Amino acid sequence: MAKDELMNYEKALEQFEVVIGLEVHVELNTNTKMFCGCRNEFGNEPNTNVCPICIGLPGSLPAVNKKAVESSIKIGLQLGCEIAPNGRFARKNYFYPDLAKNFQTSQFDEPIAFEGALDVEVPSGKVFTIQIERAHMEEDAGKLTHVGGSTGRIQGAEYSLVDYNRAGVPLVEIVTKPVYGAGAEAPELAAAYVRLIREIVKSMNVSDARMERGNVRCDANVSLRPHGQEKLGTRTETKNVNSLRSIERAVRYEIQRQAALLAKGVAITQETRHWHEDKGATSSGRPKSDADDYRYFPEPDLVPVQPSKAWIEEIRATLPENPADRRKRVQAEWGFADLEFRDVVNAGLLDQIEETVKAGAKPQAARKWWTGELARIANTQDQDVTDLEISGAYVAELAGLVEAGKINDRLAREVLTFVLAGEGSPAQVVAARGLEVVSDDGALIAAIEAALAKQPDVLDAIREGRMQAAGAVIGAVMQAMKGSADAGRVRELLIEMANK
Amino acid sequence: MSDLIRKSASEQAELLRTGQVSSVELTQAHLDRTAAVDGDVHSYLHVGPEAALAAAADIDRRRAAGEQLHQLAGLPIAVKDNLTTTDAPTTSGSKILEGWVPPYDATVVAKLRAAGMPILGKTNLDEFAMGSSTEFSAYGPSKNPWDLGRIPGGSGGGSSSVVASFQAPLAIGSDTGGSIRYPAFVTGTVGAKPTYGAVSRYGLIALASSLDQVGPVSRNVLDSALLQDVIAGHDPHDSTSLPESLGSMAEAAKKLDVKGMRIGVIKQLNGEGFAAGVSARFNESLQLLQQAGAEIVEVDCPSFEYAIAAYYLILPAEASSNLAKFDSVRFGLRVTPEGTPTIERVMAATREAGFGPEVKRRIILGTYALSSGYYDAYYGSAQKVRTLIQRDFDAAFAKADVLVSPTAPSVAFKFGEKLDDPLAMYLNDIATIPANLAGIPGIAVPNGLAEENMPSGIQFLAPAREDARLYQVGATLEKLHEDVWGKRMIDFAPELQEAR
Ligand SMILES: [Zn+2]
Repeated sequence: MAKDELMNYEKALEQFEVVIGLEVHVELNTNTKMFCGCRNEFGNEPNTNVCPICIGLPGSLPAVNKKAVESSIKIGLQLGCEIAPNGRFARKNYFYPDLAKNFQTSQFDEPIAFEGALDVEVPSGKVFTIQIERAHMEEDAGKLTHVGGSTGRIQGAEYSLVDYNRAGVPLVEIVTKPVYGAGAEAPELAAAYVRLIREIVKSMNVSDARMERGNVRCDANVSLRPHGQEKLGTRTETKNVNSLRSIERAVRYEIQRQAALLAKGVAITQETRHWHEDKGATSSGRPKSDADDYRYFPEPDLVPVQPSKAWIEEIRATLPENPADRRKRVQAEWGFADLEFRDVVNAGLLDQIEETVKAGAKPQAARKWWTGELARIANTQDQDVTDLEISGAYVAELAGLVEAGKINDRLAREVLTFVLAGEGSPAQVVAARGLEVVSDDGALIAAIEAALAKQPDVLDAIREGRMQAAGAVIGAVMQAMKGSADAGRVRELLIEMANK
Repeated sequence: MSDLIRKSASEQAELLRTGQVSSVELTQAHLDRTAAVDGDVHSYLHVGPEAALAAAADIDRRRAAGEQLHQLAGLPIAVKDNLTTTDAPTTSGSKILEGWVPPYDATVVAKLRAAGMPILGKTNLDEFAMGSSTEFSAYGPSKNPWDLGRIPGGSGGGSSSVVASFQAPLAIGSDTGGSIRYPAFVTGTVGAKPTYGAVSRYGLIALASSLDQVGPVSRNVLDSALLQDVIAGHDPHDSTSLPESLGSMAEAAKKLDVKGMRIGVIKQLNGEGFAAGVSARFNESLQLLQQAGAEIVEVDCPSFEYAIAAYYLILPAEASSNLAKFDSVRFGLRVTPEGTPTIERVMAATREAGFGPEVKRRIILGTYALSSGYYDAYYGSAQKVRTLIQRDFDAAFAKADVLVSPTAPSVAFKFGEKLDDPLAMYLNDIATIPANLAGIPGIAVPNGLAEENMPSGIQFLAPAREDARLYQVGATLEKLHEDVWGKRMIDFAPELQEAR
């Protein structure tokens, strides 16, 4: 892969206006596939969740999964879209071996949902309104594994294996209108938008929304134009960006790459590009023109999807509150400062903190654990904090143990690693590993007296109100007890002894 | 030839029910007939004596045990080879599917098995049902039992000739533009295309999904009615199948009464362009109906002029997409070209070797018609014509209960006569195509001999869901003709030479 020349980011933004557009594919978590009764499940033996319909055997016909339609309507409504009273499926025709019928059953000119908008907040606190053009239903393709090549790509492979377990899994593709004016924050906006989409689909439980499994996939369109120019620049579509961080990096990379080319007078090629997380770069895919001819035509094997007004309203009534309202409500309930709250939102931790607070933790404690230690652990493991295998209930239990003085912060961090390793709940870990802080006053008093023997003036100092003198004794006690002492209790005991 | 197999299906079923003949005897008698004549007629692509006799023996056993059976139980039947069967290869007349044994039964086949009807074999057809003569079958043509030098009609020439040569009392056909009705016309038999959606298409290898319909083939009207009653009904596997029952066709076929029935002669499908003999027989039929109390009116269907043009855009467009799945990846023929066998080259080589000339012609036509830039002019305009034809029918059915025309312009032609002239071949379907474009039912009933002593016939059309009217008027006309002739239409057919 030839190395691209990149322009300094600030310089690029001085010269060009950034326009982005995002296509997000959401895999629905229905029990069965879009057009057949096969299980919609991740991680099974290849080609076990298949039938004549999803492998496109001659004579087979599709039948629409009503649950998938319901989920699609939910998504549409939550994006503020109109729901089409009459939506037809269409066939998108092209030959590819992961596509069993050599056409994809999708929606073309009659998407189920259209014309919505979403307010997206970026880390700086600025809010952008992203216009949603459409959300439409379609089926996923199978999964190809190319064997024998060095790149894992089809070129150069000796042979390729196809797993049709994913073929026919229901997808909703959400397409934005071009987004203008994000400027330097375009990469953050792209990531924040996808984060919000994840939050929305997760809150309604219509998708597992796990990016590393491809439940949520984003194609990012980027184009540049000189400031003041009306005509849009040529865009590239970057695929394969499967983490929030990659989205941000890929958009930033494309801005810098395109700016360098444009500055030299080189035209941008309209093409798909692939993001390589390891190299932090995009590479050229196949040329894509607006004239790509998929020979769309209405799917004659399916009758139009005609959700009744009554059904749509019934679905609307079951929707959870929309994310913007929810954010306002929980910030007020939790009493978080704007900056604190922004950190929580940007980390995508609303659900986790809400769950933790519900399980009995104080909001600030919940926030502290999730945005602090847990985020740090996730970061060292190159993982998203939201993907850590720990429930809000466990975090609440941990915070409770600390508050009750059963463990201190240092021990709590230790407990956390064992909980994440699957050793059970925090209380179970503390019991099993004997990590409880020593709250037996007898042992503490003995340690305090031993420390006081070396520093006899401390009690006098405390009596005179110089509390900082206590620090030396507390430190000595902690050291003697290898950290298992409750510092607060040591302080209390010292004061008691001074005032005797 | 045994007298047994010359009897109608309903008569044979009666003998089974009263225990005068066993299903094994009846099935064997038909298999013997096939052994004697099918070397010449070539109705079958596959004969399955073992499976048929096993099914027959099972029914005999169950009947002996006093089990309540379907009224056609034990009656053997032949099935067009574009319907999937788990116990016999299904080729759709194409080399690309040679030897393919499907892992599932078509819904229609499942219904036949459930009714206890032994399946004798799979009948010949033009490749993927594209043709009017079976000359485009990759496995050689079937012959017309009335004159082995002539075509048996197409695409369902195997099913028409199999009943006309007494190799089966009943057969299943499929009709996309006349593939049941035209073969019935040229072989002096009966065939019906039910209302679109009346019979499930699940397991029917699609030609043009919005036009295809499975239907019965027999030697008289009542037999077709009995068979439609077996195969009709809603199927959740076929989204386009009608939710409601259309009632009993057999009951309708027993109402031998046309008093007060308004019969509309379609101006555009009469006189000019139709052979003198065919027109003469047609007028005689009208006279008989009028004498029996029917009212003959004329109806105008001006848009029919564009029916063939629209049909030959819609059909190839849908077919080009339906046939894309034949790519060697999951089933069927695989041809590996010399040199580096990339997936594109393997697909191309397989399709080049596996498809015949008519299939290729229509794939190319359809691909072109759907291409961007041409879509509106071709596919779009064709859909508009389709709407206009539906309106013509609506207007006509306001004036008449059923419509009539000769089923086709002229009697069976000789092999090779039209092979190099696709347009002349396409004109055979001029009278049958409008029903498919409008989704309405039609029945072809023989009405005597025309040019060169070959069979001629009449077609009745009814509004959607009013299939019963067709069986009523068809059976009445059949009775009127038989009273005049003193025998059945099929009794005019010459005896075939039996090989021994
Ligand atoms: Zn399936």
